[in-house]
Amino acid sequence: MAFTKILTQLAGGMWVSIQIFLVTLIFSLPLGLLVSFGRMSKNRVIEAIVKFYISVMRGTPLMLQLMVVYFGPYYLFGVKVGNGYRLWAAFIGFVINYAAYFAEIYRSGIQSMPAGQYEAAKLLGYSKNQTFFRIIFPQVVKRILPSVTNEVITLVKDTSLAFTISVLEMFAVAKALASSQTSLIPFVAAGLFYYVFNLVVAMLMEYIEKRMNYYQ
Amino acid sequence: MHVLEMNHVEKSFNEQNVLRDISLSVKEGEILSVIGPSGSGKSTLLRCATMLEQMDKGELFYLGEKAAWNGNDGTTVYAKKEKLKEIQKNYGLVFQNFNLFPHMTVLNNIIDAPIHVQKRSREDAVKEAKELLQKMGLADKADAYPCQLSGGQCQRVAIARALALNPKILFFDEPTSALDPELTGEVLKVIKSLADLHIAMVIVTHEMAFARDISDRVIFMAEGVIVEEGTPDEVFASNNVRTQNFLGRYGDIL
Repeated sequence: MAFTKILTQLAGGMWVSIQIFLVTLIFSLPLGLLVSFGRMSKNRVIEAIVKFYISVMRGTPLMLQLMVVYFGPYYLFGVKVGNGYRLWAAFIGFVINYAAYFAEIYRSGIQSMPAGQYEAAKLLGYSKNQTFFRIIFPQVVKRILPSVTNEVITLVKDTSLAFTISVLEMFAVAKALASSQTSLIPFVAAGLFYYVFNLVVAMLMEYIEKRMNYYQ
Repeated sequence: MHVLEMNHVEKSFNEQNVLRDISLSVKEGEILSVIGPSGSGKSTLLRCATMLEQMDKGELFYLGEKAAWNGNDGTTVYAKKEKLKEIQKNYGLVFQNFNLFPHMTVLNNIIDAPIHVQKRSREDAVKEAKELLQKMGLADKADAYPCQLSGGQCQRVAIARALALNPKILFFDEPTSALDPELTGEVLKVIKSLADLHIAMVIVTHEMAFARDISDRVIFMAEGVIVEEGTPDEVFASNNVRTQNFLGRYGDIL
């Protein structure tokens, strides 16, 4: 079987992987910021709840979390879900998992900001929101960019975990092809795909990091 | 009317009394220097005056408006948030380590608050910022980032940033402590040039010659109390033993 033919057959799976990747980033990055606020909340109850959420997300396998999100509605609440829920379950599972990781990255960045920046902003009359979005957050973004890059690269590879709930992403398709063709070539193609995908991601993040280098 | 009035201010950190019954006032356009050994409470006094720190006891007024007073239990009560925001517009603070916003250009550091806090037009804010930079001798640095400037230049930007909000009173917290002698000179020169703006200034400093030259009044603080207060001539020629001890070390350079 020609390599190009394998690639065309994998194309559908690639698109699903890319979808999981994009949806996860688009939703978990802002959600993570919100979660980090909860984590740093002065309200002890909110802090405790968010802390527990983060510890569960970081302390259990993503594979298991995906299964809970997919099977949970039926086994816990008796809600029948259609076949279309599969991809949604993957989206939800990835977003809530990655939001927890991003939250901790945001927190490390926000807490590393010197108190003087807040004091200067207060003296200049900025409101709390203005202080955060005009002064603190732009600097936090620069500080956390290397950690975010790490996480994003892990995400590319993690998308393959969606196969546990039978989402036909890249890796699931490659596996099916490999067993039907009794060939390892589909796995080689899959490996190549993840590698190139991450190469593009790394280049993009490097470009952003360079763009942020206008100050030290 | 007094721009600033503080009465019987007390402040302690972990049982240690940093400020003990401090009272002072500043008239419009007056320049007051606060001198004294390290750990005497000078910076804490400024931080209480600018409400970066909460007083334990005492009253705080700006232009006769009550910012803080003693409640029924004898400890300080602060005015409502909106009221404090209003009062806060009267003063600015220049920090020891500048605290410029590193991600903004010099110009943006200066115009950001006028535009987003005071809601002035961009045109107007830029025009004033350029004038201030001219006055600070930094006209060519508008588009530079703080990391590209020397400490002295950073401090002058910080002064311009504070002035851009047109405060009635400006506090300086050891503005030259982070600078070498050469850079200290250029910052002190700029502060001196502000005297004709008729903004009241409260300057915490270790530069004795500067304090003597520029001030209308000098306060000498030690161990959390005001030991002596008067014109520069009075304080620098004081017979008080504690004052003499402190100034003695500066005697040679004066």
